[in-house]
Amino acid sequence: MPATLMNPPLAKTPLSDWHVGHRGRMVDFAGWSMPVQYESIVAEHEAVRHAVGLFDISHMGRLTFAGPGATEFLDSLLTRRVADMQPGQIRYSLVTNDSGGILDDVLLYRLQDPSAAEQAPGENQVPYLLVVNASNRQKILDWIAAHLLPSGVVCCDETFSTAMIAVQGPAARKLVMDVLHPGLNAMRYYYGKSVGHGGELSVVSRTGYTGEDGFELIVPAAGAADLWEKLLTAGQSVGAVPVGLGARDTLRLEAAMPLYGHELSESIDPFTSGLDFAVNLEGRNFPGRDALAQIASRPRQRVRVGLELACKRVPREGYGIRRSSKASDDNVIGEISSGTFSPTLKRPIAMGYVRAEFSQPGTELTIDIRGQLEPARVVPLPLYRRPKTN
Amino acid sequence: MNPEQLRFAKTHEWVHVEPDSQGQQVATLGVSSFAVEALTDLVFMQLPEVGRQVKPGQSVGEIESVKAVSDLYSPVGGKVVAVNTDLPNHLETLSSDPYGAGWMVKIQLDDPKQLDSLMDYATYQAQCAEEGH
Repeated sequence: MPATLMNPPLAKTPLSDWHVGHRGRMVDFAGWSMPVQYESIVAEHEAVRHAVGLFDISHMGRLTFAGPGATEFLDSLLTRRVADMQPGQIRYSLVTNDSGGILDDVLLYRLQDPSAAEQAPGENQVPYLLVVNASNRQKILDWIAAHLLPSGVVCCDETFSTAMIAVQGPAARKLVMDVLHPGLNAMRYYYGKSVGHGGELSVVSRTGYTGEDGFELIVPAAGAADLWEKLLTAGQSVGAVPVGLGARDTLRLEAAMPLYGHELSESIDPFTSGLDFAVNLEGRNFPGRDALAQIASRPRQRVRVGLELACKRVPREGYGIRRSSKASDDNVIGEISSGTFSPTLKRPIAMGYVRAEFSQPGTELTIDIRGQLEPARVVPLPLYRRPKTN
Repeated sequence: MNPEQLRFAKTHEWVHVEPDSQGQQVATLGVSSFAVEALTDLVFMQLPEVGRQVKPGQSVGEIESVKAVSDLYSPVGGKVVAVNTDLPNHLETLSSDPYGAGWMVKIQLDDPKQLDSLMDYATYQAQCAEEGH
């Protein structure tokens, strides 16, 4: 019997029909039917590096938090401080389990409600938005419900009532200004704000997952297809294209952004992942805090590194990293976590975890690509950094 | 070559058999246009050495795309007598002419009966339609 008959139906985003109608090749991604590509991963990748690309990222989980105590609650949940966030600010953070393993990597938005000034104190605003990975949404909801949520804090799952669209690339700023609001030009990186009116969630933020400048837009589900079409039409003259998950992966890998389930998992701690900046231990308490303080005090065993290869064969997740070209098991000093052919660098690239003594940039290693040992070199992360324009 | 005259394996390879100058049955092997389109963004391929003995169902090469690596399986057994050495340097040929210039390997057949298990074009088309969903 085909597997599709036995699995629950896939969730669809408000843009699913659009994707199917425009040659989107749909795949199962974390229980969602999502486009992996439309025409070519490489062409979509290059559009984002040189012009602008649109991504349907509605599968990401969107959870809002409101009510008295929301700040304290989130502060007790996340690895970075919440209380000192400015209205409008967005912070990359982690949710860790009691042993310091990563349950998810998240973006916390402290929203600045445009109508806040007119609201009476205590009126039910939505001061926080937490964006979580699609694959972890239920896990995080369960974690919040079972362990932590105090009375008075209201958590709403807005994933299905809204859509999320990423606009990424050097032309993203002008496109978003033209279509949404000229004032967005002034929005700083990792800031966002509520837009629109009424009780429906609508947010614009200057964030992304591609290594390019860009924005992420959250809008009510009913308006998503209209906004998507408007952006594509307005961006036509600069070569705006829809981009699937395939190019999202090659872009984020070049930019060395870790992906949950690959670089990040419950068995990997934030320091090993190189996410020291995302953990604030001083004067705080959250699940895993004490375990992380212990881990931080010890020397690193394994380190996340970037790898470049001169061959054309691509190292894939799980392939062994060896210290020399001699094939013997005691040579294995690490493992690939993600690998691809880099459309920008025109060579295979990878991230992986290696024993700390082999993590210095310039270290020559070999990768076991299906039994053939190919030379590789440790390179600094990120593997690609966009040129500074202004 | 007209794909309607080819036989196809479940794993998307096509086979065309004709006798060589000594009357030996030689199978030419490639991959279908459906498979090439599904792979997209090809970056590398590796083909076998001439002279290698191959068993039916064995991998004789690999095709690497940005997204994933795929094996090239030989649906037939025998000796590799020719390899399209030009192809790895011109991967675009696989898209433009998968049933002609995009051929990959020629294998001198051990046993022509092995072809009986392969699909005709219509049956293969039905498989692709099923997979395309």
